[in-house]
Amino acid sequence: MSTPAPAPTPLTLRRSVQVTIDGEQVSVPEGSTVLEACRARGVEVPTLCYLETLAPVNVCRVCVVELEGSRALVPSCSRPVAPGMVVQTSSARVRASRRMVLELLASSVDLSTAGGDVHRWIEEYGARPERHGPPAPAADRDHAHAGHHDPPADGKAATTTQPVKRDNDQYVRDYAKCILCYKCVEACGEEAQNTFAIAVAGRGFDARISTEFDAALPDSACVYCGNCIAVCPTGALMFVSEHDLRAAGEWDESRQEVTRTVCPYCGVGCNLDLHVQDNRIVKVTSPLDHDVTTGNLCVKGRFGFEFAQDG
Amino acid sequence: MDLRTTEAAPSADERFAVDSVLGPPESGWFGGRRTPLDGHVAVGGLSLARSRRHLLLPALHALQERVGWITPAGLGYLCTRLDLPPAEAYGVASAYALFTFEPGPPVVVHVCDDVACLAASGGDPAGELARRYGPAGSGTAVTWRPSPCLGHCEHGSAALVQAAGERGGRASLAPFAPGDLDRLGALGADLVPADLSVPLALVPQAGAEGTRLLRRVGRVDPTSIDAYRAAGGYEGLRRALEIGPQEVVSLLKDAKLLGRGGAAFPTGAKWEAVARNPVRPHYFVANADESEPGTFKDRVLLDHDPYALVEALTVAGVTTGAEKGFVYLRGEYPLAAARLEHAAAEARGRGLLGIDVMGSGIAFDIEVRRGAGAYIAGEETALFNSLEGRRPEPRNKPPFPVDRGLFGKPTGVNNVETLLCVLEVLAIGASAYAELGTADSTGTRLFCLSGRVARRGLYEVPMGTTLGALLDMAGGVAGGRPLRAVLLGGAAGSFVGPGDLDLPLSFEAARAAGTTLGSGVVVVLDDTVDMNAFVGRVARFFRDESCGQCVPCRVGTQRQEEAVARLASGRPLGSVDDELALLADLDQVMRDASICGLGQTASSAVTSALRQGLIGDGAHTSNGRRR
Repeated sequence: MSTPAPAPTPLTLRRSVQVTIDGEQVSVPEGSTVLEACRARGVEVPTLCYLETLAPVNVCRVCVVELEGSRALVPSCSRPVAPGMVVQTSSARVRASRRMVLELLASSVDLSTAGGDVHRWIEEYGARPERHGPPAPAADRDHAHAGHHDPPADGKAATTTQPVKRDNDQYVRDYAKCILCYKCVEACGEEAQNTFAIAVAGRGFDARISTEFDAALPDSACVYCGNCIAVCPTGALMFVSEHDLRAAGEWDESRQEVTRTVCPYCGVGCNLDLHVQDNRIVKVTSPLDHDVTTGNLCVKGRFGFEFAQDG
Repeated sequence: MDLRTTEAAPSADERFAVDSVLGPPESGWFGGRRTPLDGHVAVGGLSLARSRRHLLLPALHALQERVGWITPAGLGYLCTRLDLPPAEAYGVASAYALFTFEPGPPVVVHVCDDVACLAASGGDPAGELARRYGPAGSGTAVTWRPSPCLGHCEHGSAALVQAAGERGGRASLAPFAPGDLDRLGALGADLVPADLSVPLALVPQAGAEGTRLLRRVGRVDPTSIDAYRAAGGYEGLRRALEIGPQEVVSLLKDAKLLGRGGAAFPTGAKWEAVARNPVRPHYFVANADESEPGTFKDRVLLDHDPYALVEALTVAGVTTGAEKGFVYLRGEYPLAAARLEHAAAEARGRGLLGIDVMGSGIAFDIEVRRGAGAYIAGEETALFNSLEGRRPEPRNKPPFPVDRGLFGKPTGVNNVETLLCVLEVLAIGASAYAELGTADSTGTRLFCLSGRVARRGLYEVPMGTTLGALLDMAGGVAGGRPLRAVLLGGAAGSFVGPGDLDLPLSFEAARAAGTTLGSGVVVVLDDTVDMNAFVGRVARFFRDESCGQCVPCRVGTQRQEEAVARLASGRPLGSVDDELALLADLDQVMRDASICGLGQTASSAVTSALRQGLIGDGAHTSNGRRR
């Protein structure tokens, strides 16, 4: 009896493209982005609105690089490589723009719970948010009308400061921490959940993430999958459990253990990372590189853990 | 996607408004009355409803005009009809200044307080209105709101009246005096905007010998296609059909026609790229979203010569292989909207639009779409998003519109003035056209003279005419006062000084001098203008009009406005040099790292004002110097 021939493995042959990054030749597959080419060379390029699992929206502009022949700098996260491209990732122009992007964000947004990299970059690039003036007090951002705004407060720097939105038991929305990276909108929409409960509303400095007419989440289309929390880079979207522990000064990642398991609900087999502090689940995530979830979960996997809590 | 809309039922008015754009509901699934049949068949299907998303903006206009604001129930009904998530629709609607989300007086008077009117009035129109009628937005029958440039700068003051109700709509009022609010208030809900008198355009050269683009303005009835044809109209289209697309493109290349929208891109090359693109269908868009402060040229052309745009767009369509053309007209131009609709309808009736244009067997038709108060929608890719019913946010380029534009298809887009220049090239031939102007900037150019100039209005001169000669045509500075500065090109342009009167107004000379012709704006400023207030208004404009998508522009325009205000008040943070360094940094990051042309030019006027010493203590006097 002969063994059946193995099915031919589908081969996707991608031509490689030669580009020059900081004076060194790099060969990357056709269709790669400049960012991917930089990372292939081990060059660190800061990113805020970029996430491997989402289509790049190139709005934060912290990943800009200098491309020979281009008048303005280009966003490395979305620009595909082309043969012969010559890219500078660390020129004075690039560093100046990155410094200013970080400075503008840090002067207007509460970055206290943003990832450690952000604070390192602020340091490394020499951003000085304080030179824009002391922060202005909170303003009503939800009813700002496009095309109208109050004149600048005397010598103060406008910020996104506003009260935390807490309208459900699962997660809080602290838009004072929002850098408007669009990731939550993407995750809620066609990139992951297809629920479309939130969108960017308003414009200019008053642009904000909002439900229709700023409706509370229980009155919106939100299904509490929490995929927006998973992609938020600054902690603007946060589990109620994490938010309350932080408010009480008890959040301590050094005391946390992360346990990977499989979701106990349906049979899809989503991997869960249970973040446990003091023997209580305080947060649930799913690994970005897990091919079933690519980081996404549903309401049960994300929030349905109370039955497992001890008492 | 499970659509979740509010449970509140739309009012009869709201249904009427939405249905007037979308037609009656297809079935109970899409907002109609439920019938037993609905349980068994789905009429149309979701994809059909979603394919009409491009009607979102027209339907929002209908709601705003009928009801006076966008209610949750009205938006909910609209979303059910289009199978669109309400959060997305709200996100789109709230990006436009002409839509409101709270109830208010039925009549809203948007009063221009932008640069040209500010310079012309020498006062504070918004302040006077506030003193007489209370703060913006207050009142019961009528209210006022400050507005960016309304495109009637030749009058020195202007308002846009927006009335809600059965016969609601918009009308322009120029010139506008604060006392006009009494008259409008007395009418209140009975105000029918169409009854307001039509503002006269000030075109000192109207019909004069030697004018090209202005030759029909004020002479040929803008409501009669017969009058337009009697004046030589539609000869351009006839010629274009005779010689065929390749020849038209060659003519434009030989004429060296460059786009008048601000970027000066070669028109022939653009048309050729669209025509040659194998992907179908193609689209062609006339960008009539003229919103650059101080600009009114396209409005004059559209109000007084609307057939010319219809004809020129048809030439563009048949040349580039587009069967569908759009005119994206700014929402603040109600007269132009009416005249364009009328012109297109007449052209259609005469077989000059439709399935067989002028008997050629080629199909082309036009739709007029109105903007809703967003300067950024004039950026070509933001314009596509706006037409598609998405937020007017610019797209990252590449891909360029000739490859992926409207609805992701190859699209040509030109400013109104550029399209009308095409008719002139067809009329006089490429070599005659190229002889006008300079070697590199051919043809004539329209300039919008406003502010402290003796004879404000629209002027047409050959490219390369000096700034001084242009000012002389307009009688120089009003009252013979000393010239302080000129804002050239618009808010996205730059200030030039009295020493720059020899500057030839051509693309190459402007570029060499580090400035731009932009949209042909020339705001004349004398020694009576409060330059701190003037530059502050420019900074406020960009803060208001940024779409908010990218960080450099979203936060940068806010920080720029703050820094300009601190310098103007003489209370810098740290030293003046610290503030200048900060503004220089903002200038660099906005120019280098913003997504689109708005962000990349949002600091240009402020930077040039600093160079000219127009901000700070010295800004009130004619010999101000940077300290």
